[in-house]
Amino acid sequence: MSDRLTMHTIARLVPQGSRVLDLGCGDGALLDLLQRERGCSGYGIEIADDNVLACTRRGVDVIQLNLDEGLSMFGDDSFDVVLQIDTLQHLRNAETMLRETVRVGKLGIVAFPNFAHWPNRLSILRGRMPVTKRLPYQWYDTPNIRVGTFKDFEVLATRNRLAILDAFGLQEGREVRGLPNLLAGTAVFKFERG
Amino acid sequence: MTLIAQPQSMHFSEPLSLRSGATLQDYELAYETYGTLNADRSNAVLVCHALNASHHVAGVYAGKERSEGWWDSMIGPGKPVDTERFFVIGVNNPGSCFGSTGPMHANPATGRPWGSDFPVVTVEDWVEAQARLLDRLGIEQLAAVMGGSLGGMQALSWTLQYPQRVRHAAVIASAPNLTAENIAFNEVARRAIVTDPDFHGGHFYDHGVLPRRGLRIARMIGHITYLSDDVMNEKFGRQLRDGIDLRYTTQDIEFQIESYLRYQGDKFSEYFDANTYLLITRALDYFDPAARHDGNLSRALAAATARFLLVSFTTDWRFSPKRSREIVKALLDNRRDVTYAEIDAPHGHDAFLLDDPRYHAVVRAWFERIATELSS
Repeated sequence: MSDRLTMHTIARLVPQGSRVLDLGCGDGALLDLLQRERGCSGYGIEIADDNVLACTRRGVDVIQLNLDEGLSMFGDDSFDVVLQIDTLQHLRNAETMLRETVRVGKLGIVAFPNFAHWPNRLSILRGRMPVTKRLPYQWYDTPNIRVGTFKDFEVLATRNRLAILDAFGLQEGREVRGLPNLLAGTAVFKFERG
Repeated sequence: MTLIAQPQSMHFSEPLSLRSGATLQDYELAYETYGTLNADRSNAVLVCHALNASHHVAGVYAGKERSEGWWDSMIGPGKPVDTERFFVIGVNNPGSCFGSTGPMHANPATGRPWGSDFPVVTVEDWVEAQARLLDRLGIEQLAAVMGGSLGGMQALSWTLQYPQRVRHAAVIASAPNLTAENIAFNEVARRAIVTDPDFHGGHFYDHGVLPRRGLRIARMIGHITYLSDDVMNEKFGRQLRDGIDLRYTTQDIEFQIESYLRYQGDKFSEYFDANTYLLITRALDYFDPAARHDGNLSRALAAATARFLLVSFTTDWRFSPKRSREIVKALLDNRRDVTYAEIDAPHGHDAFLLDDPRYHAVVRAWFERIATELSS
Protein backbone atom coordinates (compact mmCIF):
# COMPACT_ATOMS: atom_id res chain seq x y z
CA MET A 1 0.00 0.00 0.00
CA SER A 2 2.99 2.23 -0.35
CA ASP A 3 1.97 3.63 -3.73
CA ARG A 4 2.49 7.35 -4.05
CA LEU A 5 -1.13 8.41 -4.28
CA THR A 6 -2.14 6.48 -1.16
CA MET A 7 0.86 7.78 0.75
CA HIS A 8 0.02 11.38 -0.10
CA THR A 9 -3.61 10.88 0.89
CA ILE A 10 -2.52 9.58 4.28
CA ALA A 11 0.08 12.33 4.63
CA ARG A 12 -2.64 14.99 4.11
CA LEU A 13 -4.41 13.70 7.23
CA VAL A 14 -1.35 14.55 9.34
CA PRO A 15 -1.30 18.19 10.53
CA GLN A 16 1.75 20.27 9.55
CA GLY A 17 4.65 20.11 11.99
CA SER A 18 3.25 17.13 13.92
CA ARG A 19 5.30 14.88 16.11
CA VAL A 20 4.59 11.47 14.64
CA LEU A 21 4.98 7.88 15.77
CA ASP A 22 4.58 5.47 12.88
CA LEU A 23 3.83 1.96 14.12
CA GLY A 24 5.10 -0.58 11.61
CA CYS A 25 6.71 2.13 9.50
CA GLY A 26 8.11 -0.25 6.86
CA ASP A 27 10.93 1.30 4.88
CA GLY A 28 10.21 4.74 6.35
CA ALA A 29 8.88 6.25 3.10
CA LEU A 30 5.82 7.87 4.73
CA LEU A 31 7.80 9.37 7.63
CA ASP A 32 10.38 10.60 5.17
CA LEU A 33 7.61 12.29 3.17
CA LEU A 34 6.08 13.79 6.33
CA GLN A 35 9.46 15.13 7.42
CA ARG A 36 10.34 16.63 4.05
CA GLU A 37 6.96 17.98 2.97
CA ARG A 38 4.96 18.58 6.11
CA GLY A 39 7.64 19.63 8.60
CA CYS A 40 6.93 16.66 10.85
CA SER A 41 9.36 14.86 13.17
CA GLY A 42 9.25 11.61 15.06
CA TYR A 43 10.07 7.94 14.93
CA GLY A 44 9.12 4.76 13.17
CA ILE A 45 8.71 1.43 14.90
CA GLU A 46 9.73 -1.67 13.01
CA ILE A 47 10.50 -5.28 13.80
CA ALA A 48 12.07 -6.33 10.47
CA ASP A 49 15.84 -5.93 10.11
CA ASP A 50 15.67 -4.91 6.44
CA ASN A 51 13.15 -2.17 7.20
CA VAL A 52 15.26 -0.86 10.10
CA LEU A 53 18.15 -0.65 7.66
CA ALA A 54 16.03 1.05 4.98
CA CYS A 55 14.88 3.69 7.49
CA THR A 56 18.45 4.31 8.69
CA ARG A 57 19.55 4.79 5.07
CA ARG A 58 16.82 7.40 4.58
CA GLY A 59 17.73 9.19 7.79
CA VAL A 60 14.41 8.29 9.40
CA ASP A 61 14.75 7.56 13.11
CA VAL A 62 13.55 4.03 13.75
CA ILE A 63 13.19 1.98 16.92
CA GLN A 64 13.39 -1.79 16.48
CA LEU A 65 10.58 -3.21 18.59
CA ASN A 66 7.99 -5.95 18.50
CA LEU A 67 4.65 -4.13 18.70
CA ASP A 68 3.10 -7.18 20.32
CA GLU A 69 5.16 -6.22 23.38
CA GLY A 70 3.23 -2.95 23.63
CA LEU A 71 4.18 0.73 23.71
CA SER A 72 5.37 0.96 27.31
CA MET A 73 8.43 2.83 26.07
CA PHE A 74 6.24 5.81 25.17
CA GLY A 75 4.62 8.22 27.58
CA ASP A 76 0.99 9.43 27.52
CA ASP A 77 0.29 12.10 24.92
CA SER A 78 3.91 12.10 23.75
CA PHE A 79 2.95 12.37 20.05
CA ASP A 80 0.56 14.51 18.05
CA VAL A 81 -0.19 11.65 15.69
CA VAL A 82 0.21 7.88 15.89
CA LEU A 83 0.00 6.07 12.57
CA GLN A 84 -0.93 2.44 12.01
CA ILE A 85 -0.74 2.08 8.26
CA ASP A 86 -1.25 -1.53 7.20
CA THR A 87 -0.10 -2.62 10.64
CA LEU A 88 -3.27 -3.45 12.57
CA GLN A 89 -3.95 -6.64 10.59
CA HIS A 90 -0.60 -8.11 11.70
CA LEU A 91 -1.06 -7.56 15.42
CA ARG A 92 -1.99 -10.21 17.90
CA ASN A 93 -3.14 -7.50 20.31
CA ALA A 94 -4.86 -5.25 17.80
CA GLU A 95 -7.40 -3.91 20.28
CA THR A 96 -4.79 -3.17 22.98
CA MET A 97 -2.69 -1.40 20.39
CA LEU A 98 -5.63 0.73 19.39
CA ARG A 99 -6.02 1.86 22.99
CA GLU A 100 -2.27 2.42 23.20
CA THR A 101 -2.46 4.52 20.04
CA VAL A 102 -4.81 7.02 21.68
CA ARG A 103 -2.91 6.91 24.96
CA VAL A 104 0.41 7.81 23.33
CA GLY A 105 -0.98 10.07 20.59
CA LYS A 106 -3.51 12.86 20.50
CA LEU A 107 -4.63 11.69 17.10
CA GLY A 108 -4.70 8.18 15.63
CA ILE A 109 -4.74 7.28 11.96
CA VAL A 110 -5.35 3.67 10.97
CA ALA A 111 -5.45 2.11 7.52
CA PHE A 112 -6.03 -1.59 6.85
CA PRO A 113 -7.40 -3.87 4.12
CA ASN A 114 -11.19 -3.84 4.09
CA PHE A 115 -12.33 -7.44 3.91
CA ALA A 116 -15.85 -6.41 2.87
CA HIS A 117 -14.63 -4.92 -0.44
CA TRP A 118 -16.92 -6.43 -3.09
CA PRO A 119 -14.32 -8.65 -4.85
CA ASN A 120 -13.63 -10.27 -1.50
CA ARG A 121 -17.35 -10.80 -0.92
CA LEU A 122 -17.62 -12.35 -4.37
CA SER A 123 -14.78 -14.69 -3.64
CA ILE A 124 -16.37 -15.79 -0.38
CA LEU A 125 -19.69 -16.34 -2.19
CA ARG A 126 -17.82 -18.68 -4.52
CA GLY A 127 -16.63 -20.46 -1.42
CA ARG A 128 -12.98 -19.39 -1.52
CA MET A 129 -10.93 -16.96 0.55
CA PRO A 130 -9.98 -13.95 -1.57
CA VAL A 131 -6.56 -13.64 -3.16
CA THR A 132 -6.28 -10.15 -4.65
CA LYS A 133 -3.75 -7.43 -5.29
CA ARG A 134 -4.65 -5.94 -1.89
CA LEU A 135 -4.78 -9.34 -0.12
CA PRO A 136 -2.25 -11.32 -2.12
CA TYR A 137 -1.80 -14.23 0.29
CA GLN A 138 -3.33 -17.67 0.48
CA TRP A 139 -5.38 -18.32 3.62
CA TYR A 140 -2.71 -20.66 4.98
CA ASP A 141 0.28 -18.35 4.69
CA THR A 142 -1.17 -14.89 5.20
CA PRO A 143 0.55 -12.55 7.68
CA ASN A 144 -2.82 -10.79 8.03
CA ILE A 145 -3.98 -12.49 11.20
CA ARG A 146 -6.80 -9.95 11.76
CA VAL A 147 -9.27 -9.74 8.92
CA GLY A 148 -11.86 -7.05 9.50
CA THR A 149 -14.10 -4.71 7.59
CA PHE A 150 -14.71 -1.00 7.48
CA LYS A 151 -17.90 -1.53 9.49
CA ASP A 152 -16.15 -3.85 11.96
CA PHE A 153 -13.71 -1.10 12.80
CA GLU A 154 -16.52 1.36 13.49
CA VAL A 155 -17.88 -1.12 16.04
CA LEU A 156 -14.47 -1.64 17.63
CA ALA A 157 -13.90 2.13 17.78
CA THR A 158 -17.22 2.67 19.56
CA ARG A 159 -16.46 -0.16 21.96
CA ASN A 160 -13.17 1.57 22.87
CA ARG A 161 -14.80 5.00 23.08
CA LEU A 162 -12.83 6.43 20.20
CA ALA A 163 -14.20 9.55 18.55
CA ILE A 164 -13.97 9.08 14.78
CA LEU A 165 -13.04 12.38 13.15
CA ASP A 166 -12.91 11.12 9.61
CA ALA A 167 -13.43 7.79 7.89
CA PHE A 168 -13.30 6.84 4.24
CA GLY A 169 -12.18 4.16 1.85
CA LEU A 170 -9.22 4.11 -0.50
CA GLN A 171 -9.31 2.40 -3.87
CA GLU A 172 -6.45 2.71 -6.36
CA GLY A 173 -5.16 5.59 -4.24
CA ARG A 174 -8.46 7.54 -4.52
CA GLU A 175 -10.77 8.41 -1.68
CA VAL A 176 -14.07 6.53 -1.59
CA ARG A 177 -16.66 8.41 0.45
CA GLY A 178 -19.79 6.59 -0.74
CA LEU A 179 -20.33 3.00 0.43
CA PRO A 180 -16.68 2.52 1.42
CA ASN A 181 -17.42 -0.82 3.06
CA LEU A 182 -18.44 -2.19 -0.35
CA LEU A 183 -16.34 -0.17 -2.76
CA ALA A 184 -12.91 0.29 -1.15
CA GLY A 185 -10.04 -2.14 -0.71
CA THR A 186 -8.62 -0.08 2.14
CA ALA A 187 -10.35 1.44 5.17
CA VAL A 188 -8.95 4.64 6.68
CA PHE A 189 -9.92 6.08 10.06
CA LYS A 190 -8.81 9.22 11.83
CA PHE A 191 -9.80 9.34 15.47
CA GLU A 192 -9.07 10.61 18.94
CA ARG A 193 -9.95 9.63 22.49
CA GLY A 194 -13.69 9.94 22.98
CA MET B 1 43.87 -1.82 1.11
CA THR B 2 45.64 -2.46 4.37
CA LEU B 3 45.58 0.32 6.89
CA ILE B 4 48.90 0.79 8.64
CA ALA B 5 48.52 2.03 12.20
CA GLN B 6 51.04 4.26 13.92
CA PRO B 7 50.88 4.43 17.68
CA GLN B 8 51.48 7.90 19.07
CA SER B 9 51.74 9.41 22.50
CA MET B 10 51.02 12.84 23.93
CA HIS B 11 52.20 14.25 27.22
CA PHE B 12 49.91 16.37 29.40
CA SER B 13 51.35 18.46 32.20
CA GLU B 14 48.11 20.16 33.29
CA PRO B 15 46.82 18.20 36.32
CA LEU B 16 43.66 16.14 35.70
CA SER B 17 41.17 16.45 38.57
CA LEU B 18 39.38 13.16 39.08
CA ARG B 19 35.87 12.49 40.37
CA SER B 20 37.34 10.82 43.43
CA GLY B 21 38.94 14.12 44.47
CA ALA B 22 42.39 12.84 43.58
CA THR B 23 44.54 14.46 40.90
CA LEU B 24 46.69 12.99 38.20
CA GLN B 25 49.54 15.51 38.10
CA ASP B 26 50.80 14.73 34.65
CA TYR B 27 50.21 11.88 32.30
CA GLU B 28 50.72 10.37 28.86
CA LEU B 29 47.94 9.35 26.51
CA ALA B 30 48.62 6.73 23.86
CA TYR B 31 46.51 7.19 20.75
CA GLU B 32 46.21 6.39 17.07
CA THR B 33 44.49 8.20 14.24
CA TYR B 34 43.30 6.92 10.88
CA GLY B 35 42.21 8.90 7.84
CA THR B 36 42.56 12.64 7.34
CA LEU B 37 41.10 15.49 9.30
CA ASN B 38 39.23 17.68 6.79
CA ALA B 39 39.84 21.41 6.35
CA ASP B 40 37.04 22.53 8.70
CA ARG B 41 37.92 19.82 11.22
CA SER B 42 34.39 18.44 11.19
CA ASN B 43 34.91 14.76 10.33
CA ALA B 44 36.50 13.43 13.53
CA VAL B 45 35.15 10.23 15.10
CA LEU B 46 36.34 9.25 18.55
CA VAL B 47 36.28 5.53 19.38
CA CYS B 48 36.19 4.63 23.08
CA HIS B 49 37.50 1.28 24.22
CA ALA B 50 36.07 -1.24 26.64
CA LEU B 51 37.71 -3.33 29.34
CA ASN B 52 40.62 -5.06 27.66
CA ALA B 53 41.15 -2.99 24.53
CA SER B 54 43.33 -0.03 23.66
CA HIS B 55 43.99 2.87 21.32
CA HIS B 56 44.84 0.32 18.62
CA VAL B 57 41.37 0.28 17.11
CA ALA B 58 42.03 -0.41 13.44
CA GLY B 59 44.69 -1.38 10.94
CA VAL B 60 47.86 -3.36 11.52
CA TYR B 61 51.34 -2.47 12.63
CA ALA B 62 53.87 -2.51 9.79
CA GLY B 63 55.63 -5.82 9.49
CA LYS B 64 53.72 -7.34 12.39
CA GLU B 65 51.45 -10.23 11.56
CA ARG B 66 48.05 -10.61 13.22
CA SER B 67 48.26 -7.16 14.73
CA GLU B 68 44.79 -6.02 13.64
CA GLY B 69 43.15 -3.40 15.85
CA TRP B 70 40.34 -4.60 18.11
CA TRP B 71 37.59 -3.05 15.97
CA ASP B 72 39.29 -3.55 12.60
CA SER B 73 36.17 -5.19 11.15
CA MET B 74 34.21 -1.99 11.81
CA ILE B 75 36.74 0.75 11.09
CA GLY B 76 39.00 1.24 8.09
CA PRO B 77 38.96 2.13 4.41
CA GLY B 78 35.57 1.15 2.95
CA LYS B 79 34.39 -0.28 6.26
CA PRO B 80 31.19 0.76 8.10
CA VAL B 81 33.13 3.61 9.71
CA ASP B 82 35.01 4.60 6.59
CA THR B 83 38.44 6.11 7.22
CA GLU B 84 38.35 7.47 3.66
CA ARG B 85 35.71 9.89 4.89
CA PHE B 86 36.26 10.16 8.62
CA PHE B 87 39.24 11.01 10.78
CA VAL B 88 39.08 8.30 13.42
CA ILE B 89 40.80 8.57 16.78
CA GLY B 90 41.49 5.73 19.19
CA VAL B 91 42.80 6.63 22.63
CA ASN B 92 43.99 4.49 25.52
CA ASN B 93 42.42 5.53 28.81
CA PRO B 94 44.49 6.50 31.87
CA GLY B 95 44.75 3.55 34.24
CA SER B 96 44.92 1.10 31.35
CA CYS B 97 47.99 -0.93 30.49
CA PHE B 98 48.63 -0.27 26.81
CA GLY B 99 50.71 2.88 26.85
CA SER B 100 48.77 5.61 28.64
CA THR B 101 49.76 6.40 32.20
CA GLY B 102 48.74 3.51 34.41
CA PRO B 103 49.50 1.62 37.61
CA MET B 104 52.64 0.03 36.17
CA HIS B 105 54.25 3.44 35.68
CA ALA B 106 56.24 5.38 38.25
CA ASN B 107 54.34 7.32 40.88
CA PRO B 108 56.10 10.72 40.89
CA ALA B 109 55.66 10.90 44.69
CA THR B 110 57.65 7.73 45.35
CA GLY B 111 59.54 6.97 42.17
CA ARG B 112 58.18 3.42 42.39
CA PRO B 113 55.34 1.92 40.31
CA TRP B 114 51.92 3.24 41.32
CA GLY B 115 50.48 -0.24 41.83
CA SER B 116 47.26 -0.13 43.78
CA ASP B 117 47.93 3.52 44.72
CA PHE B 118 46.97 4.61 41.22
CA PRO B 119 43.95 6.85 41.68
CA VAL B 120 40.53 5.37 40.97
CA VAL B 121 39.40 6.58 37.56
CA THR B 122 35.85 6.88 36.29
CA VAL B 123 34.16 7.02 32.91
CA GLU B 124 33.77 10.77 33.41
CA ASP B 125 37.51 11.15 34.10
CA TRP B 126 38.32 9.30 30.89
CA VAL B 127 36.03 11.61 28.93
CA GLU B 128 37.89 14.59 30.44
CA ALA B 129 41.23 13.10 29.39
CA GLN B 130 39.92 12.35 25.89
CA ALA B 131 38.57 15.91 25.61
CA ARG B 132 42.03 17.27 26.33
CA LEU B 133 43.51 15.10 23.62
CA LEU B 134 40.94 16.52 21.19
CA ASP B 135 41.85 20.05 22.31
CA ARG B 136 45.46 19.39 21.46
CA LEU B 137 44.53 17.82 18.12
CA GLY B 138 42.55 20.98 17.36
CA ILE B 139 39.17 19.25 17.24
CA GLU B 140 36.42 21.35 18.74
CA GLN B 141 33.50 19.13 17.77
CA LEU B 142 33.23 15.44 16.96
CA ALA B 143 31.19 14.23 14.01
CA ALA B 144 30.59 11.19 16.21
CA VAL B 145 31.71 9.42 19.32
CA MET B 146 31.25 5.66 19.43
CA GLY B 147 31.90 2.72 21.67
CA GLY B 148 30.68 -0.71 22.72
CA SER B 149 30.07 -1.95 26.26
CA LEU B 150 32.16 0.23 28.60
CA GLY B 151 33.12 2.21 25.48
CA GLY B 152 29.41 2.89 24.95
CA MET B 153 29.22 4.30 28.47
CA GLN B 154 31.99 6.75 27.56
CA ALA B 155 30.17 7.70 24.35
CA LEU B 156 27.00 8.33 26.37
CA SER B 157 28.93 10.29 28.97
CA TRP B 158 30.44 12.47 26.25
CA THR B 159 26.96 13.60 25.23
CA LEU B 160 26.29 14.66 28.83
CA GLN B 161 29.65 16.20 29.75
CA TYR B 162 30.27 17.95 26.43
CA PRO B 163 26.94 18.06 24.59
CA GLN B 164 28.11 20.88 22.35
CA ARG B 165 31.15 18.90 21.23
CA VAL B 166 29.29 15.80 19.97
CA ARG B 167 26.98 15.77 16.93
CA HIS B 168 26.32 12.01 16.95
CA ALA B 169 26.81 9.18 19.43
CA ALA B 170 26.81 5.44 18.75
CA VAL B 171 26.22 3.50 21.97
CA ILE B 172 26.54 -0.21 21.29
CA ALA B 173 25.84 -3.18 23.60
CA SER B 174 25.94 -0.85 26.55
CA ALA B 175 23.89 0.10 29.62
CA PRO B 176 23.00 3.18 31.66
CA ASN B 177 24.62 1.47 34.67
CA LEU B 178 25.52 -2.01 35.85
CA THR B 179 22.97 -4.26 37.52
CA ALA B 180 23.76 -5.98 40.83
CA GLU B 181 24.46 -9.23 38.97
CA ASN B 182 26.89 -7.42 36.72
CA ILE B 183 28.73 -5.81 39.63
CA ALA B 184 28.79 -9.25 41.24
CA PHE B 185 30.65 -10.73 38.28
CA ASN B 186 33.17 -7.90 38.48
CA GLU B 187 33.61 -8.50 42.19
CA VAL B 188 34.34 -12.21 41.71
CA ALA B 189 37.00 -11.26 39.17
CA ARG B 190 38.50 -8.67 41.52
CA ARG B 191 38.56 -11.10 44.44
CA ALA B 192 40.35 -13.65 42.29
CA ILE B 193 43.09 -11.09 41.61
CA VAL B 194 43.33 -9.54 45.06
CA THR B 195 43.51 -12.92 46.85
CA ASP B 196 46.26 -14.23 44.58
CA PRO B 197 49.35 -14.50 46.86
CA ASP B 198 51.38 -12.92 44.07
CA PHE B 199 49.25 -9.75 44.17
CA HIS B 200 51.10 -8.31 47.18
CA GLY B 201 48.47 -5.69 47.87
CA GLY B 202 48.85 -4.38 44.34
CA HIS B 203 52.60 -3.82 44.60
CA PHE B 204 53.66 -7.04 42.88
CA TYR B 205 55.96 -5.09 40.50
CA ASP B 206 58.38 -4.59 43.42
CA HIS B 207 58.41 -8.35 43.99
CA GLY B 208 59.16 -9.28 40.40
CA VAL B 209 56.03 -11.44 40.15
CA LEU B 210 52.62 -11.19 38.48
CA PRO B 211 49.30 -12.34 39.97
CA ARG B 212 48.68 -14.60 36.99
CA ARG B 213 46.36 -17.04 38.73
CA GLY B 214 44.00 -14.26 39.71
CA LEU B 215 44.05 -12.71 36.25
CA ARG B 216 43.39 -16.08 34.63
CA ILE B 217 40.31 -16.69 36.75
CA ALA B 218 39.12 -13.12 36.27
CA ARG B 219 39.36 -13.59 32.52
CA MET B 220 37.66 -16.99 32.62
CA ILE B 221 34.62 -15.66 34.42
CA GLY B 222 34.55 -12.57 32.25
CA HIS B 223 34.74 -14.64 29.12
CA ILE B 224 31.83 -16.85 30.16
CA THR B 225 29.64 -13.79 30.56
CA TYR B 226 30.60 -12.38 27.15
CA LEU B 227 29.29 -15.47 25.36
CA SER B 228 25.82 -16.93 25.13
CA ASP B 229 24.75 -20.39 26.22
CA ASP B 230 23.84 -21.19 22.61
CA VAL B 231 27.14 -20.16 21.09
CA MET B 232 29.10 -21.99 23.77
CA ASN B 233 27.09 -25.14 23.16
CA GLU B 234 27.51 -24.83 19.44
CA LYS B 235 31.26 -24.27 19.73
CA PHE B 236 32.08 -26.77 22.47
CA GLY B 237 28.99 -28.63 23.57
CA ARG B 238 30.06 -31.50 25.80
CA GLN B 239 33.03 -32.34 23.61
CA LEU B 240 35.91 -33.96 25.44
CA ARG B 241 39.39 -32.73 24.79
CA ASP B 242 40.95 -36.16 24.39
CA GLY B 243 39.05 -38.87 22.60
CA ILE B 244 35.65 -40.09 23.61
CA ASP B 245 36.24 -41.81 26.95
CA LEU B 246 35.91 -40.05 30.28
CA ARG B 247 39.15 -40.05 32.21
CA TYR B 248 37.58 -39.67 35.66
CA THR B 249 39.78 -36.84 36.82
CA THR B 250 38.82 -33.82 38.87
CA GLN B 251 41.96 -31.75 38.29
CA ASP B 252 42.85 -32.26 34.65
CA ILE B 253 41.08 -30.86 31.65
CA GLU B 254 38.26 -33.12 30.55
CA PHE B 255 35.94 -30.94 28.44
CA GLN B 256 36.89 -28.71 25.51
CA ILE B 257 35.28 -25.70 27.16
CA GLU B 258 37.72 -26.04 30.06
CA SER B 259 40.63 -26.11 27.69
CA TYR B 260 39.31 -23.03 25.88
CA LEU B 261 38.79 -21.04 29.07
CA ARG B 262 42.23 -21.95 30.42
CA TYR B 263 43.80 -20.92 27.13
CA GLN B 264 41.96 -17.59 27.20
CA GLY B 265 42.98 -17.06 30.82
CA ASP B 266 46.63 -17.89 30.17
CA LYS B 267 46.84 -15.61 27.16
CA PHE B 268 45.21 -12.74 29.05
CA SER B 269 47.43 -13.09 32.12
CA GLU B 270 50.50 -12.63 29.90
CA TYR B 271 49.56 -9.15 28.71
CA PHE B 272 47.02 -7.61 31.06
CA ASP B 273 47.82 -5.71 34.22
CA ALA B 274 46.09 -6.82 37.42
CA ASN B 275 45.68 -3.30 38.83
CA THR B 276 44.25 -2.14 35.53
CA TYR B 277 41.67 -4.92 35.73
CA LEU B 278 40.61 -3.71 39.16
CA LEU B 279 40.46 -0.07 38.05
CA ILE B 280 38.50 -0.68 34.87
CA THR B 281 35.92 -2.99 36.44
CA ARG B 282 35.44 -0.35 39.13
CA ALA B 283 34.88 2.33 36.50
CA LEU B 284 32.16 0.06 35.09
CA ASP B 285 30.57 -0.37 38.52
CA TYR B 286 30.59 3.35 39.26
CA PHE B 287 29.10 4.57 35.99
CA ASP B 288 25.56 5.75 36.67
CA PRO B 289 24.62 9.11 35.16
CA ALA B 290 21.09 8.85 36.60
CA ALA B 291 22.44 8.69 40.17
CA ARG B 292 22.88 12.47 40.29
CA HIS B 293 19.22 12.84 39.22
CA ASP B 294 17.55 10.66 41.86
CA GLY B 295 17.88 7.66 39.60
CA ASN B 296 15.88 9.34 36.86
CA LEU B 297 17.66 8.54 33.60
CA SER B 298 15.34 10.72 31.53
CA ARG B 299 16.35 13.76 33.54
CA ALA B 300 20.01 12.71 33.38
CA LEU B 301 19.91 12.52 29.59
CA ALA B 302 18.14 15.88 29.19
CA ALA B 303 21.58 17.45 28.70
CA ALA B 304 22.34 15.37 25.62
CA THR B 305 21.72 16.98 22.25
CA ALA B 306 23.50 14.52 19.95
CA ARG B 307 21.73 12.26 17.48
CA PHE B 308 21.97 8.72 18.78
CA LEU B 309 22.38 5.24 17.43
CA LEU B 310 21.75 2.48 19.97
CA VAL B 311 22.47 -1.15 19.12
CA SER B 312 21.96 -4.21 21.28
CA PHE B 313 22.14 -7.95 20.69
CA THR B 314 19.33 -10.32 21.65
CA THR B 315 21.61 -12.96 23.23
CA ASP B 316 23.72 -10.45 25.19
CA TRP B 317 22.82 -11.13 28.80
CA ARG B 318 25.61 -9.05 30.32
CA PHE B 319 24.44 -5.84 28.58
CA SER B 320 20.99 -6.98 27.59
CA PRO B 321 18.66 -5.26 25.09
CA LYS B 322 16.51 -4.26 28.05
CA ARG B 323 19.31 -1.97 29.26
CA SER B 324 19.72 -0.35 25.85
CA ARG B 325 15.95 0.18 25.71
CA GLU B 326 16.19 2.11 28.98
CA ILE B 327 18.57 4.54 27.29
CA VAL B 328 16.31 4.71 24.23
CA LYS B 329 13.29 5.45 26.43
CA ALA B 330 15.13 8.21 28.28
CA LEU B 331 16.13 9.76 24.95
CA LEU B 332 12.55 9.49 23.66
CA ASP B 333 11.32 11.20 26.82
CA ASN B 334 13.63 14.07 25.89
CA ARG B 335 12.52 14.00 22.24
CA ARG B 336 16.03 13.31 21.07
CA ASP B 337 16.88 11.84 17.68
CA VAL B 338 17.52 8.15 18.18
CA THR B 339 17.70 5.05 16.06
CA TYR B 340 17.67 1.71 17.82
CA ALA B 341 18.57 -1.64 16.29
CA GLU B 342 18.14 -4.86 18.23
CA ILE B 343 20.22 -7.43 16.39
CA ASP B 344 19.18 -11.06 16.65
CA ALA B 345 22.74 -12.37 16.83
CA PRO B 346 23.73 -15.58 18.65
CA HIS B 347 27.10 -14.42 20.01
CA GLY B 348 26.17 -12.79 23.31
CA HIS B 349 27.99 -9.64 24.40
CA ASP B 350 30.93 -10.44 22.10
CA ALA B 351 28.64 -9.77 19.12
CA PHE B 352 29.55 -6.09 19.23
CA LEU B 353 33.12 -6.97 18.21
CA LEU B 354 32.04 -9.37 15.46
CA ASP B 355 30.79 -8.60 11.98
CA ASP B 356 27.16 -9.68 11.87
CA PRO B 357 26.04 -8.30 8.48
CA ARG B 358 22.78 -6.75 9.84
CA TYR B 359 24.73 -4.98 12.58
CA HIS B 360 27.41 -3.66 10.28
CA ALA B 361 24.86 -2.61 7.65
CA VAL B 362 22.99 -0.43 10.16
CA VAL B 363 26.18 1.17 11.49
CA ARG B 364 27.36 1.74 7.91
CA ALA B 365 24.05 3.34 6.90
CA TRP B 366 24.09 5.57 9.99
CA PHE B 367 27.64 6.76 9.32
CA GLU B 368 26.84 7.30 5.65
CA ARG B 369 24.17 9.77 6.73
CA ILE B 370 26.76 11.58 8.83
CA ALA B 371 29.14 11.65 5.87
CA THR B 372 26.36 13.09 3.70
CA GLU B 373 25.77 15.85 6.27
CA LEU B 374 29.50 16.64 6.15
CA SER B 375 29.51 17.18 2.42
CA SER B 376 26.31 19.24 2.31
